[in-house]
Amino acid sequence: MEKYPGEALSLEEMKKVTQEKWSPRVKYAWSCGEAMSRFLNELKKGKLIGRKCHTCGRVIFPPKMFCEICFKPTDEWVYLPDTGTVMTYSASYLDKDANRITEPILVGVIAIDGASEDMGIMHYFGEMTADEITFGKKVQAVWKPEKERTGSVTDIKWFKPLKE
Amino acid sequence: MEHVACVGAGMTIFSRRLKETGKEMCYEAVRMALEEAELELKDIDTVVCGTAPDAFDGIHMKGENLLDGCGGSKKTYMRVFTGGGTGVLAPIAGWWHVASGLSDVCLVVCEEKMSSCFPHPQSAFAHIWDPILERPLNPNLVWIFAMEMNRYMHVHNIKKEDIALVSVKNKKNALDHPSAQLAANITVDDVLNSEVMAWPVQRLDISPPSDGAAAMIFAREDVVHSITDNPVWVEGVGWCIDSTMWTNRDLYFPQYVAKAAKMAYRMAGIHNPFKDIDVAEPYDPFDYKELHHMEGLLLCKKGEAANLTKEGVTQRDGDLPTCPSGGLLGVGNPIAATMGVKACEIYWQLAGKAGKRQVPDARTGVCQAWGDLMQYGSVMVMRS
Repeated sequence: MEKYPGEALSLEEMKKVTQEKWSPRVKYAWSCGEAMSRFLNELKKGKLIGRKCHTCGRVIFPPKMFCEICFKPTDEWVYLPDTGTVMTYSASYLDKDANRITEPILVGVIAIDGASEDMGIMHYFGEMTADEITFGKKVQAVWKPEKERTGSVTDIKWFKPLKE
Repeated sequence: MEHVACVGAGMTIFSRRLKETGKEMCYEAVRMALEEAELELKDIDTVVCGTAPDAFDGIHMKGENLLDGCGGSKKTYMRVFTGGGTGVLAPIAGWWHVASGLSDVCLVVCEEKMSSCFPHPQSAFAHIWDPILERPLNPNLVWIFAMEMNRYMHVHNIKKEDIALVSVKNKKNALDHPSAQLAANITVDDVLNSEVMAWPVQRLDISPPSDGAAAMIFAREDVVHSITDNPVWVEGVGWCIDSTMWTNRDLYFPQYVAKAAKMAYRMAGIHNPFKDIDVAEPYDPFDYKELHHMEGLLLCKKGEAANLTKEGVTQRDGDLPTCPSGGLLGVGNPIAATMGVKACEIYWQLAGKAGKRQVPDARTGVCQAWGDLMQYGSVMVMRS
């Protein structure tokens, strides 16, 4: 077969074909569950918390009430420092809707100190340029003032270079 | 377990926007597959539909919506969906319908129409992030790929210019594909000078959103020979998924792809994938992903895929041609419908029906797809 089926349209041509339009109008509210509720409430206090599994010995962060490997309940709450290590990063010129932005969003994965290997979260970097972010760099959370905290991951503004 | 062969395939062109509706795209791909197999819809007893997030089309229960175009009405029908992994999981589901002995002839149809979501389908991708840990940070899906690519480059000390060679190769291969959306002769410099989207991902490192559909027909051994004298047998299948918590693993190596590949190779009796496989279609939504997945498919050692590419091993006339179709980078990335450049391509290659894209003397091939939140791998090995 030489020609495969289908008729490609340009953006302009697309506007001229017969169309029906619709916008969804729905809202969601999620129950956060036991582990995430405690995690978010601790963020409000400026603290990071994980869960320890006594069977495999892992400190799980972000916390879970069950260990997905041992498939048993996790055993205890463990406070963790608000410092960690840069596992990977990006400087994004795209916002969430793929709009182009000129000031890049610095984002990465931070493995939190005191948790088991590779236990990281995604977050922003600040108080440094894209060129200053490196693999293995030690970083520390910068918290919003207590009054502005709402119990959200955004209670941490970003992670900044750790001054030893 | 029944021995199962693919006896026909079809696909639409891939385009940023297609005039056809989802149902019409499915119909066109199915017609093409039926014509290749010289079958009619009445010869099909089961139908599998693969299609990815409902949010793109804005239609929930999309599998049901597409039913008529898939030829599934009043038949045994189901939809499967594992994000980008659907492109190979859907034909695996077709295989298990037949291998189980439940079906004589199963039709698999994959569809995606991303253009219905405007101004950009990226807005619909926002719905896949964790609502508590990730969505408050307003992430863009490209971010995680950028972070994975960066980690992969860092661990193996791989240069961007070596990764760019994948994009150059696949977009060039796509010049020979009638469905191609982004076929082009480009250079490494074109990739390196293209717009930075989320470092290290640049515009020409990435495949486009697309509309498209693809279809495949699988049949049981005792009816295969009445349909065709050129069947392509499914010899091995595998699939595996890692945790949604992608921040809780080292991203440099896709262990879940390796597990899926080992499952498929064990079934196919493949002990040395590099030597035993003649043609491969690893999932390539980004240029680094082809390399990442070659390593996940155990086609080379960890960190070696970029060198193989540089040495020309993965060109169509090399020892291990990868993405001879032009892949997602060159032909397009209509999520589930990428079956057309993965499973369908390996079928056409092994049946000797790949036209200008034909890899000489290809007897054993592997295709793979990848998806969900950087956590899913599906693998199929076929032999002629």
